[in-house]
Amino acid sequence: MATVSLKTLQKIYPNGFQAVHGADIEIADGEFIVLVGPSGCGKSTLLRMIAGLEEITSGDLLIGDRQVNDLDPADRDIAMVFQNYALYPHMTVYNNMAYGLRNRKISKENIDKSVREAASLLNLAEYLDRRPSQLSGGQRQRVAMGRAIVREPALFLFDEPLSNLDAKLRNQMRIEIRKLQRQLGTTSIYVTHDQVEAMTMADRIVVLNAGNIEQIGTPDEIYHRPASVFVASFMGAPAMNMMEGKLASGGIEIEGVGLLKSDHKLDANSNVSVGVRPEKVKLTTKANGITQPFIHDFTEELGAARLVHGRLGNKPFVVNLHQEDEVPQGELYATLSPDTLHIFDTETGKRLR
Amino acid sequence: MKRASFSNLWMPVLLLLPQVSIIFVFFYWPAFEALKSSFYLQDPFGFSGTFVGLDNYFTLFQNAEYLRISLFTLVFTVCVTFFSLALGLLFAVKADKVIRGASTYKTLLMWVYAVAPPVAGILGVSLFYQGHGLITQLFAFFGHEFVIGVNYYDTGFALIAVSIWKQVPINFIFFLSGLQSVPRSIREAAMIDNRSSSRRFWTITFPLLAPTAFFLLITNITYAMFDTFGVIDVMLRSEPGNNPMTLTYKVYVDGFRGGDLGGSSAQSVILMILVLALTIFQFRLIERRIHYT
Repeated sequence: MATVSLKTLQKIYPNGFQAVHGADIEIADGEFIVLVGPSGCGKSTLLRMIAGLEEITSGDLLIGDRQVNDLDPADRDIAMVFQNYALYPHMTVYNNMAYGLRNRKISKENIDKSVREAASLLNLAEYLDRRPSQLSGGQRQRVAMGRAIVREPALFLFDEPLSNLDAKLRNQMRIEIRKLQRQLGTTSIYVTHDQVEAMTMADRIVVLNAGNIEQIGTPDEIYHRPASVFVASFMGAPAMNMMEGKLASGGIEIEGVGLLKSDHKLDANSNVSVGVRPEKVKLTTKANGITQPFIHDFTEELGAARLVHGRLGNKPFVVNLHQEDEVPQGELYATLSPDTLHIFDTETGKRLR
Repeated sequence: MKRASFSNLWMPVLLLLPQVSIIFVFFYWPAFEALKSSFYLQDPFGFSGTFVGLDNYFTLFQNAEYLRISLFTLVFTVCVTFFSLALGLLFAVKADKVIRGASTYKTLLMWVYAVAPPVAGILGVSLFYQGHGLITQLFAFFGHEFVIGVNYYDTGFALIAVSIWKQVPINFIFFLSGLQSVPRSIREAAMIDNRSSSRRFWTITFPLLAPTAFFLLITNITYAMFDTFGVIDVMLRSEPGNNPMTLTYKVYVDGFRGGDLGGSSAQSVILMILVLALTIFQFRLIERRIHYT
């Protein structure tokens, strides 16, 4: 167990491509950090740099209070779970888990004890003599977990460990991994492109985009106070409604829509992007000061909710209604209360309010 | 697999005929002729023969020279197989690590494979040529006068060296493709589990290469015993007399140069039995081979 700190960690490939632009992250002991972002955002590169599988171009990486920049992966006191499990196909489940311990000169009895403990924790006790090829996807995933936990490392690294599993198993394993991590209290860094995994598992989320950290925060902060247009539109499904406009006194003027009321205290006349979460919008038939005419196109029924697709003026707009809220008949208005509006600078993409 | 059914019996027979006739003409018939003539003592011109039963075989096993050649063949096969596999693997491991200029490097290593055996033999002769061959000079530098074709051990060494050199590229290609099919993540998982790269190689990479290695072991034994004929023939052409040779070459020397068709046939029957045993061994083990994935 240990803290981890990344100090302006950079990765520049020999061909000049900069995959990671100075990442700064301080991770507390026992924390579960999720790195999330679209493909090519540098999240896997960052994880692999922490693992020691990619060289660190510049910056400092500390695990505990030890600088590990130039240590071999085996000396960093980490364990990693790979996307395709990376189990040794010629070894039994038992040997897969014991391999890392044997190479660390641990006595046979202790290895046996650790492996059996991990196996019973992961419900693998009856599969110890099997080879990976004789196991199902979920079981292989558990073996990969077991291989990591027997080592009792200071840090767990997960590289999209659930993306090869089917949806049902993924949900189940997600909960299992989270539970196990709480139980063991081991600091963990988890890479995923799945925002549901990020939101549900993380103590804190790190959102990456094109090698830059967009925001570090708790799932709550990321969702309710996104630091940039990118974070706002990347996190949340259905995605946040975004509209371009200009700041005006008492609101934001959106071309083709009208004035959205807002009590912002920002300088007028600058270009902004306004975002509003689909579930924060209500539909009514009565116009008032904070409504905009809503043209209803079609509705998607999701069971627990319904997505109402339409337009505000000429801008596409989605409203997420709870299953009990019917779509009202007649002329529709969308209620956009001022406190639900996220305002971003159009040029920099950064949050203004 | 879909089972095709023919309404006419002649159709499948017709389709099989070319294959079967080729096998018959080039394998069964000569094999049968060899078996038959191994029981006869032929006159040097092949016009008449006397049935002698197993005498040809008994003569062989009592012949000190035949036993000596068997022993040399064993040493030769073991050396050629072991060193060509080991060198092929070593080069493959090294080439696998090369990132820049990898394809040039690989092409250079595979080059030798395109050299025909007799040409390899000629190259071997020139390298080991008395007096001014490159390797001869190297030996001279260390104080050993290397005389190919005269000194039994020197000649044996040259034969083995050239045969290994000729076989390394094919082993290299197979090992390299085997290495490249080991998933990167497995190697990386091993890097986290094991600090020592040599132990990682022997505990993770090599076991994953085992199916390839086994296949190559069999083909290399076959190569050493039979396909080195061209190399040996060129290197020994002028004086096979007192020099080391393999059992396969001995068949040719006795049969075609010595005119002893019966004895030579008996030798080739023995070789056939050896090949048969090797094939059975191969199939047995391939069946039991573990398929990873």
